[in-house]
Amino acid sequence: MDDPFALLFLTAAATLRVATPLILCAMGGLFSERSGIIDVGLEGKMLMAAFFAAAVAAATNSAWWGVAAGIAAAEVMALLHGLACITYRGNQVVSGVAINIIAAGLTIVWGNAWFQRGGQTPALEGDARLMSLFFPRAGDNILVYVALLAVPLTWWIIARTRFGLRLRAVGEMPLAVDTAGISVSWLRYRAVLLCGLLTGLAGAYIAVAQNAGFSRDMTAGQGFIALAAVIFGKWRPFPALGACLIFGLLDAVAIRLQGVRMPGIGEVPVQLIQALPYLLTVFLLAGFIGRAVAPKAIGVPYEKEH
Amino acid sequence: MTPAIELVGIDKSFGSVHAVRGVSLAIEKGAITGIVGENGAGKSTLMSILYGLYHADAGEIRVDGQPVRMESPHDAIARGIGMVHQHFMLIDTFTVLENLVLGAEGGPLLAGGLAAARAELARLSRDYGLTVDPDAKIADLSVGEQQRVEILKVLFRGARILILDEPSAVLTPQETDQLFRILATLRQRGVTIVLITHKLREIVAATDRVYVMRQGQVVAERRTAETDAEELAELMVGRKVRLQLDKAAAHRGEVRLKAERLRLVDGRGVVLLDDIDLELRAGEIVGIAGVSGNGQTELLQVLAGIRPPSSGTLTVCGRTIDARHPGDPAEMREIGVAHVPEDRLRQGMVAAFRASETAILGYHEQPPFSRNYLLRGPAVGAHCAKLMERFDVRPRVPGLRSSSFSGGNQQKLVLAREMARDPKVLLVGQPTRGVDIGAIEFIHRELVKSRDAGCAVLVVSVELDEILSLADRILVMFAGRIVGEVESGRADERTLGLMMAGAKAA
Amino acid sequence: MKAARRPLPVWADIILLPLVNVALAFVTVGIIVRVIGVNPFHALNLLIAGAVGSPESIGYTLYYATNFIFTGLAVAVAFHGGLFNIGGEGQAYLGGLGCGLAILALDRYLPAWAMIPIAIAAAALFGAAWAAVPAWLQAWRGSHIVITTIMFNFVAAALMVYLMVNVLIAPGSMTPQSRNFEPSSSLPAMTGSALNLSLALALGCCVAVWIFLWHTPWGYALRTMGHNPEAAVYAGTNLRHMTMLAMCLSGALAGFVGVNELMGVHHRIVLDFPAGYGFAGIAVALMGRNHPLGIVVAALLFGALQQGGAELAFEIPTITREMVVVIQGLVILFSGALVQLPRPWLQGLFAFRRPS
Repeated sequence: MDDPFALLFLTAAATLRVATPLILCAMGGLFSERSGIIDVGLEGKMLMAAFFAAAVAAATNSAWWGVAAGIAAAEVMALLHGLACITYRGNQVVSGVAINIIAAGLTIVWGNAWFQRGGQTPALEGDARLMSLFFPRAGDNILVYVALLAVPLTWWIIARTRFGLRLRAVGEMPLAVDTAGISVSWLRYRAVLLCGLLTGLAGAYIAVAQNAGFSRDMTAGQGFIALAAVIFGKWRPFPALGACLIFGLLDAVAIRLQGVRMPGIGEVPVQLIQALPYLLTVFLLAGFIGRAVAPKAIGVPYEKEH
Repeated sequence: MTPAIELVGIDKSFGSVHAVRGVSLAIEKGAITGIVGENGAGKSTLMSILYGLYHADAGEIRVDGQPVRMESPHDAIARGIGMVHQHFMLIDTFTVLENLVLGAEGGPLLAGGLAAARAELARLSRDYGLTVDPDAKIADLSVGEQQRVEILKVLFRGARILILDEPSAVLTPQETDQLFRILATLRQRGVTIVLITHKLREIVAATDRVYVMRQGQVVAERRTAETDAEELAELMVGRKVRLQLDKAAAHRGEVRLKAERLRLVDGRGVVLLDDIDLELRAGEIVGIAGVSGNGQTELLQVLAGIRPPSSGTLTVCGRTIDARHPGDPAEMREIGVAHVPEDRLRQGMVAAFRASETAILGYHEQPPFSRNYLLRGPAVGAHCAKLMERFDVRPRVPGLRSSSFSGGNQQKLVLAREMARDPKVLLVGQPTRGVDIGAIEFIHRELVKSRDAGCAVLVVSVELDEILSLADRILVMFAGRIVGEVESGRADERTLGLMMAGAKAA
Repeated sequence: MKAARRPLPVWADIILLPLVNVALAFVTVGIIVRVIGVNPFHALNLLIAGAVGSPESIGYTLYYATNFIFTGLAVAVAFHGGLFNIGGEGQAYLGGLGCGLAILALDRYLPAWAMIPIAIAAAALFGAAWAAVPAWLQAWRGSHIVITTIMFNFVAAALMVYLMVNVLIAPGSMTPQSRNFEPSSSLPAMTGSALNLSLALALGCCVAVWIFLWHTPWGYALRTMGHNPEAAVYAGTNLRHMTMLAMCLSGALAGFVGVNELMGVHHRIVLDFPAGYGFAGIAVALMGRNHPLGIVVAALLFGALQQGGAELAFEIPTITREMVVVIQGLVILFSGALVQLPRPWLQGLFAFRRPS
């Protein structure tokens, strides 16, 4: 508590560290949801990516091969989700739930089979890990900056490109897109693949940058918090970034607040802080803090011939 | 001269429904061709095939003499075919400009495409008189303006062949006139136009040539100048149509329903019903005429107790309803008000339910269907069979899914259900929408029978002919008000049409 | 995707298609198992033997199935009203809390014939209450129920951890669990397995749900709302009230998982007992086509999978219990999301048989 600037800096750094996977996941989720595909499976994709990133990084002793592998893994899951939701017009929530469950199981099964450490991958060191760039104690590796860049990039893609216009259209009224001669499926697949790319980066970050390897269930619900951030941010990139930072801040200070007595309230339970992102999202949805309107056609599989 | 479009032997089925049967026709270049037929005749399906939305099971499409494969609207657009749909393909949250460029953005970045579109839109507006604000959000535009955007979209893509699917369905007569003036201008510039409609007056007034479709087939082709509405109507239905209903004069009794200064204002402050006064007596049919969207739907909702008025009172069979004492549909049924809704599929029935379940919709909590908190299956089934018998609903299978019945039979079932309890007041919305001619006559006769038995009947319809033929007294609604009231004997279409457009108050 | 939706015969849609879905899941698992170096057929044999090979195994299978029946019914009831209740996990958790609290308060003073019904009622009440909040938010504030129920699962987990660690923990205990319940709260159980009387409750609920949905006016109104809310309004149904009713019934059903777990097996309040039953319930409901009969069959399958999988993990070291998780996930995927995948093959099969 001595130097307020140092405290501020450390808190900001901690917030960013925690928020980075949230931001990347949220941007990914944004692409998917704006195109009309509900993605509850952000968590599973991130977990798969984390495992493969850690495994390949350990095997090749190169963090970047790990990142590539993480992205590839997430893309495979994303394609699966796309297949179920777009081509086979299945229930999107169930698909996401299934992907989460499969990822949770498979990562351990494979981890055991390959490394025999009860699900963990070997610790990463040296080149197999992404280290801080500018501030040695802050943990600001390159992926943190990638995450921050991803937000304006996402905004630009959605608001200023042809692809973005069509993406928004297909999330509002796929029929209009279809009758304009544009393929609804291909648009949605691209959205889903973008989601895979970004969640892959998120997972890779967790395993190869933020931590030094994979351990079971290491994503710990961050995929769901990212989803909450997308909704809290009303499906727009910059507000979603804000939500991620708020949620990241909450997580970063949660441990610090444990045992601290707030004036008038008493000790704040750490579980309350953990539940706060979810509660805040519910409050938003209830209209107590503004309104959130989802893309109109979200969650409804598109059927051509009625 | 090679026709702009030729369809040869087009065939299409959806499951067991044979929607288009071996249709061949030719669309002349630079002329307006009409395709006329009742609901379900196959006109829209045929045009959707031409536009690449559906794939024909058999047959050939030729554009400018060349056989083509229409795999998707992309192909149709590439060949200069544009379609203006009945249900607009516009994104509510986008601006006019954004809707315009969707699919023709002119490059991966939007900035250039939007600027070019703005310029092109200005030019099109000048040339064809289609004015609209490029930066307005679609959600903020009127229906007529939205349709203009649809037409602009199509022209923007360089369409030389325009297909319009029931374009005047939601327009006032004045807006319809405007539309046809635009079409005439387009035709002058050499644009080929195909007009799908079921309104004979439009065919006679605007087209050069007309194809008549019935039950998926082309049954006739005429030069419009060489035919008239009556011949076309006969071809459409296959026999001489009686456009007038024989009915005796009304014997009016007590006032069953009285609305005083009814007002309905929605959440955004839009006035939906503006000081409505009306009276409905036993033994008469009151018809409410007006173009769809002028408050008729809301009026029915208030009268049926589905929506409470913002102010004013409604007295029905002794019960008073106002903003502080809202009614509810269950209660209305109990006091003897029956309601046949405008959109039977969306309100009046459940497509997935069996006919027997549809037959008790709204009455499911009343004996004999419900006793001791349980539904009585046999009672429900017997009731349905009785209804089907009385109203000749086919097939007579109470266990059949409601969606498997034809439009006419569905409507008859709904009507039968509502009339089965000898209601004191019968509110009917669009009684014959999507119903074939034979069922139309039956339904009209039943409504008159009900009137003669002492029921107070209110009919809301966008079909002026139906109002003229059914009603004893005609009220015209425009912009949420009753702008005119005429005894049916003294009504003429032109005056009513002008009232419907708000141009005249009587 | 040009496949026209030629309808399959009803029996194929209800029975054959789900079977093919499950088969596909098993084939996929077989491949994964092979990759790890285990003979898939050997594994399948062990699985089946583990599930039904002995009275105790059958008991466990039925015990697991009981939970799946509860959550499957929960999802189905809500689904008939057009509502997608993903909150089964949280509602199960709260249901357990409810019956646990009732028992902790009263088990020393009441005999079994009073304690058990009260505890069951408490489970229903708490489960219903946890579902009622998202229901109220949907009905009165328009908040999307899928999202709120997901969020509430997490809030429930956080709440339970807080309560267990800080409030309900048994004095002197190292792990977060309450004190043991008195015997008056125990449900009669089978010796050697976890199967207990909650199975009867589950089957009773199946009958009750069937009667409610298809033989009462409220069930009729609920189904109307699920198919067509406008028609329900037209028919005089209050949509808000009906939404609350549907979700509360749904939450109560999910809450009964707590009865099975806490009163039938653990006999104290513990953490993490919902253990994925809530999510699996979605697949159970989908596979069972939202009908109690189908749900029972699907629940038995999932129960057998869980029990057989546990035995499998025990017998073959390389197959851990996480493998069972993967199997479950794949079954959920194939029977919940990739449902239509085998359809073209089945359509081809039937077109071939019926010359037309």
